[in-house]
Amino acid sequence: MGRYIVRRLLYMVVVILVVSIITFGLMHAIPGGPFSREKALPAETIKILNERYHLDEPLWKQYVSYVYAVLIPHVTMTPPSTSLQDDFLGNAQIGSVWIRWMNFGPSFKSRSRTVNDIFRDNLPISAQLGTMALIIAIMIGMPLGILAALKQNTVWDYFGMSIAIFGVSVPVIVLGPIFVWVFGVALKWFPPTGWGAQPPYLLGFLPSKLGWDFFKYAIMPSIALGLGSSAVIARLTRAALLQTVREDYIRTARAKGLQERLIITRHALKNSLIPVVTILGPLFAALVTGTFVTELMFGIPGMGKYFVTSITNRDYPVIMGTILLYAVFLVVANLIVDITYAFLDPRIRYD
Amino acid sequence: MAQVKLESATLGSGGKLLTQKRESLFQDAFRRLIRNRAAVIGGAIIILLISMAVFAPLIAVKSFEVQVLVDQNKVPEWVTSVFPTMKPYAQFSDDYPFGADYVGRDLFSRIVYGARVSLTVAFIGPLISLLIGVIYGSISGYFGGRLDDLMMRIVDVLYAFPSLLFIILLLAFFRSTLMHLEPGTFAYALGQLDAKMGGLLFVFIGIGLTAWETMARLTRGQVLSIREKEYVEAAHTIGASNLRIMFHHILPNILGPLIVAETLAIPGYIATEAFLSFIGLGVNPPTPSWGAMISDGANTIRSYPNQTIFPALALAITMFAFNFLGDGLRDALDPRLRGTQ
Repeated sequence: MGRYIVRRLLYMVVVILVVSIITFGLMHAIPGGPFSREKALPAETIKILNERYHLDEPLWKQYVSYVYAVLIPHVTMTPPSTSLQDDFLGNAQIGSVWIRWMNFGPSFKSRSRTVNDIFRDNLPISAQLGTMALIIAIMIGMPLGILAALKQNTVWDYFGMSIAIFGVSVPVIVLGPIFVWVFGVALKWFPPTGWGAQPPYLLGFLPSKLGWDFFKYAIMPSIALGLGSSAVIARLTRAALLQTVREDYIRTARAKGLQERLIITRHALKNSLIPVVTILGPLFAALVTGTFVTELMFGIPGMGKYFVTSITNRDYPVIMGTILLYAVFLVVANLIVDITYAFLDPRIRYD
Repeated sequence: MAQVKLESATLGSGGKLLTQKRESLFQDAFRRLIRNRAAVIGGAIIILLISMAVFAPLIAVKSFEVQVLVDQNKVPEWVTSVFPTMKPYAQFSDDYPFGADYVGRDLFSRIVYGARVSLTVAFIGPLISLLIGVIYGSISGYFGGRLDDLMMRIVDVLYAFPSLLFIILLLAFFRSTLMHLEPGTFAYALGQLDAKMGGLLFVFIGIGLTAWETMARLTRGQVLSIREKEYVEAAHTIGASNLRIMFHHILPNILGPLIVAETLAIPGYIATEAFLSFIGLGVNPPTPSWGAMISDGANTIRSYPNQTIFPALALAITMFAFNFLGDGLRDALDPRLRGTQ
């Protein structure tokens, strides 16, 4: 297991590096630069700006210094300054020595902010939305799937699976506007746009006050985002559970007179979780990419808008930062899923 | 397909079995399919949508791109009874069955023509991913060994890629590179073709580049299991070529699961196109795509919900239909898989 994890971690580093190289290459290959405007800036100005942001250096040099700034911890004697070029995510002080790590660089578009500022201010909101949607997906999907499987071929089953088909067929860009109009505009149950949490956040992303002020904003987008995934979970849970309850050990458990409730919770559910866990990786990917549509739809100030606008603005550090962030999220999520998988099913050995 | 079945049946026993087995897998599957009510409804809706797309000029008499600025946001009266919040300020005009959009284009025409975009994606998407995936997967599975290892390792790395991010980046690259190209190059020709297709070509390339991986894995797995069957061995012994074995003996027998997987993937392709058009990287305006219409309307959803919700419903109905049909096809082609994903 240990060896497997190490191998996967190495693999992960390779994937992230490849992603970063491709992204870096592609974004510089897109014609036009961060300072091209409809009304062109004077050549002299552009030259100075390019020099200032080291855009006049050869590409490989820019890439190496980017990786250096992000990946390698810097050990210096000078304390952090407020300069935009000098904004690190991780700062630690040991005596008079500073260890500083992960400088994603300044944003070219909004001159007073750095990519790290975007991570600090906007990422927690996206993370809250994603987490809420994941919770909703599991909270709706699992019970629905279990119910449908235990009452196979009854009204409950058909009801559950109809909801599941509905969920699969209705992506956020459909559900979003319908929710906004029905519950936000017509019924006025929830504010149609906005977000309720403000910094400081607990653990970096949890809202410090979890009251109605938070949920009245969060409920609609989270359901809109999570419903599709809940449908996937429901269908998978149902299928897995149907298969598990036909296994011999379930028959044995029944034969020895175990309570039906115990059979389901202790034996059947645990084993039927395995296929459900495997889907969580791709599901997480869908949620993460889904957050930016949801954010655009519900006017949530998360990372989503930077993702698209940074590409059209040629805001190189922001493009790199957001893509790398999403890539790391997805790869780590897949790793966690694979490890959980091995824990749930002892028959699976990776070595 | 039928040929393979017959061969194995004749080998196995006498004439009686042969007559029983004469019904091919697809006839059998078709019979099961039309007994499935949801699948039939799905299929019927798809046929309706296809005819809507084909006969769009006859159904939608108004142009989908002509902007009549005086008619901005006008709606027929029935729309306000569906969306009562619009009553106080709505401006009426009976010229537009679903209303006019924010620049005075007919919503109904745009929705009807929008079916063309979504349906093209629904049919071309699977074609591309099947073509690449099946070729790649069957080479990898059939020849096995080192080659298989290498080919699957490549798929693994690509799989770890966040594909939607990749599509977005690629599309941004294609779209903006094109504006700065000299005529005469291949890329320029590609760009012209894309412009002619209203921007769909690059959407296809984007989907195709990322969607084949799943298909390649599935094909490889299927090929691996069929490769060891006796009839493949038999074909080998009588000196059949690799190509012949692949096309005559293996491919027909793995087609079922592949078709099912692709049908179930169709709503995903449709959603991807809608998503790309929603963020402005999909089709070029004024090509009507439901995703782009939802995005346009989303800005004014509080005042004019019809501009967003009608295209959204069209998208949902289409995805419903394909999901129903896909589910039904899966049950029909492989009854053992009933109720699974």
